[in-house]
Amino acid sequence: MLHIKNLHARVGDKEILKGLTLDINPGEVHAIMGPNGTGKSTLASIIAGKTDYEVTAGEILFHGKNILEMSADERAREGIFLAFQYPVEIPGVSTTNFMKAALNAKRKHQGLEPITAKDFLKLMNEKRQLVELDKSYLSRSINEGFSGGEKKRNEIFQMAMLEPLFSVMDETDSGLDIDALRIVAEGVNKLRNKDNAFLVITHYQRLLNYIVPDFVHVMYDGRIVKTGDKNLALRMEEKGYDWIKEEVGA
Amino acid sequence: MSDQDTILDEHIAGEYKYGFASDIAQETVAAGLSEDTVRFISAKKNEPEWMLEWRLTAYRQWLKMKQPHWQNVHFHDINFQDIIYYAAPKKKPEYKSLDEVDPELLAVYDKLGLPKEEQKILAGVAVDFVMDSESVITTYKATLAEKGIIFCSISEAIREHPALVKQYLGSVVPPRDNYYSALNSAVFSDGSFVYIPKGVRCPMELSTYFRINAQNTGQFERTLIIAEEGSYVSYLEGCTAPMRDENQLHAAVVELVTMDNAEIKYSTVQNWYPGDKEGKGGIYNFVTKRGLCKGVNSKISWTQVETGSAITWKYPSCILKGDNSIGEFYSVAVTNNYQQADTGTKMIHIGKNTRSRIVSKGISGGKSQNSYRGLVQVAGTAENAYNFSQCDSLLLGDKCGAHTFPYLEIKNKSAQVEHEATTSKIGEDLMFYCNQRGLTSEEAVDMIVNGYCKEVFKQLPMEFAVEAQKLLSISLEGSVG
Ligand SMILES: Nc1ncnc2c1ncn2[C@@H]1O[C@H](COP(=O)(O)OP(=O)(O)OP(=O)(O)O)[C@@H](O)[C@H]1O
Ligand SMILES: [Mg+2]
Repeated sequence: MLHIKNLHARVGDKEILKGLTLDINPGEVHAIMGPNGTGKSTLASIIAGKTDYEVTAGEILFHGKNILEMSADERAREGIFLAFQYPVEIPGVSTTNFMKAALNAKRKHQGLEPITAKDFLKLMNEKRQLVELDKSYLSRSINEGFSGGEKKRNEIFQMAMLEPLFSVMDETDSGLDIDALRIVAEGVNKLRNKDNAFLVITHYQRLLNYIVPDFVHVMYDGRIVKTGDKNLALRMEEKGYDWIKEEVGA
Repeated sequence: MSDQDTILDEHIAGEYKYGFASDIAQETVAAGLSEDTVRFISAKKNEPEWMLEWRLTAYRQWLKMKQPHWQNVHFHDINFQDIIYYAAPKKKPEYKSLDEVDPELLAVYDKLGLPKEEQKILAGVAVDFVMDSESVITTYKATLAEKGIIFCSISEAIREHPALVKQYLGSVVPPRDNYYSALNSAVFSDGSFVYIPKGVRCPMELSTYFRINAQNTGQFERTLIIAEEGSYVSYLEGCTAPMRDENQLHAAVVELVTMDNAEIKYSTVQNWYPGDKEGKGGIYNFVTKRGLCKGVNSKISWTQVETGSAITWKYPSCILKGDNSIGEFYSVAVTNNYQQADTGTKMIHIGKNTRSRIVSKGISGGKSQNSYRGLVQVAGTAENAYNFSQCDSLLLGDKCGAHTFPYLEIKNKSAQVEHEATTSKIGEDLMFYCNQRGLTSEEAVDMIVNGYCKEVFKQLPMEFAVEAQKLLSISLEGSVG
């Protein structure tokens, strides 16, 4: 589904990604862990199409299409979703209106009519229950005055609404309290199916107890340096990153 | 007489009804302004002697005044001798069919969702449904007449209702008020007159749209609305379709008067030609709008959506003279490319317990400059006056500018005045967030801007509000990225 090959990217003179390779197939969940500043969010941003970064080598294919040639909004309409590490506020625009616009943009792309008001309400209700998001948040300006955890929950609500094929979750767990973490993770599990895939960026093994990954990758200095199953995450939690650094000879 | 002749006759008679005498149809005066120009205009409109005198007095005052330069806008001094002050309304349509009209203009009409027939009228294409619209107007007028409401052109009012005009014209905006009001008073071409009798609630929104040839009166428009005791009227000015005009300077004057317990709601959508992307051409829109809440418990509210013109300079104001009277100002001002706007309001509190509310949303894109300028004045007599002002600016890029100039003059200690101001920007992160959800940058700007202006749009009559939203999208095209 998503194939990243030897990806190099930089911002200004600073090289951040230094030859990253990653293959993700439908139905899979991949987790990425790694020290601060190794380029995890950068990778997420580049997949989503942020233009701050210059890709100097490598490719990203999504269902065989070279997405590096697509704008961020095209990629989104193709089914790529990013749950942001730091979601932004949009004053004056409610989550309801935002989601309606987003959903209809996607439907238009698929050659469908805009969703009817009735179906939309139904969908909203169904999806907000999935992440136990209170109704009142939907009519508020998006993320404005939301707590850190509420913002994250809202991101997953949006993901549920748009039903993307491929989702990146960038530290969705940070900022969530223990109950919220479980609720959000269970929500994500309900969204999993044989056609979609997830890339979960996290610092903590805890999340992976709920969302059980098929693969765990360790990222260091702009590359994936180690790949394993869910037990790798446990080892990281236990031992920290030093042994990885030694292993890669840094 | 053949059918065709009957129709023709009715048509011409109809035209006269709206203030354009058929015998003057083809004439135009040479460029330049002198006493003779003023006399010529007055004569062409068959005005009585007192009206001519009024114009001449205004003209002589104007001669002694200087073009103001305190606004935060930049332009070369206007040469008033280059302007044509009287052009008879165009009788003949310019085009035979829509195919001959500038496709860019038509594309905009389409985006606004205007029906083809309406597009023809606006673009100056020959239409065969004038009779239809005439009959609409006739029914319309009959309904109004039943209630004793007068709604006609100011020219007609001068002839048919001289006492009212004499009493109120210039009573809120005296000719000497400012340079452009003096100019307007001397040479005003036409405009609307509305009179709502005591206790009458006008059963429909009154709109310039319903007056044939309204597009020809744009240059020096003069509007006067009087709401007698306990009456109500909602008036819509302008239209969302882009208006092209050869005349560079537009200097309108609008005066409103409300008696005890009366209310006037005045809504404007201004979309005069803003000039091209390089800032060439475009209308200078220098307008004086003022309402007098003369009676107790009376209310005047201004709502404006300003998207057009190269330069906009206007401050719809309220003089709150009657005790407990209320003034409101809701404004969305959009500037893009090289447009400049210096707009806001003045709330003058004189009566006791007078209240005013100001909500201004300025949106700037491209290389435009957008200023809010507002004055809240509380006189010594205005016991317990209250004002709330909210002035927000939204920047769509980093080459545009937003400025806020709030002035306060408080002469009564009991006054309560609240002012809030914000400046925000559609930053890259916000844009990326929207893009990531599948919205194009233009869709994102639309959504954000409309959310931003919601409070003002809510004040507009429903239909107008929907059109205004679309208009905003069109005005902001190309404002980002
Ligand atoms: N737009 C940018 N301009 C300059 N430097 C950047 C930019 N984006 C990222 N960087 C730098 O690139 C490096 C990788 O950043 P990134 O945010 O991808 O790290 P991360 O792995 O997500 O870290 P964390 O675990 O703290 O979230 C950091 O050193 C960061 O400062
Ligand atoms: Mg990060």
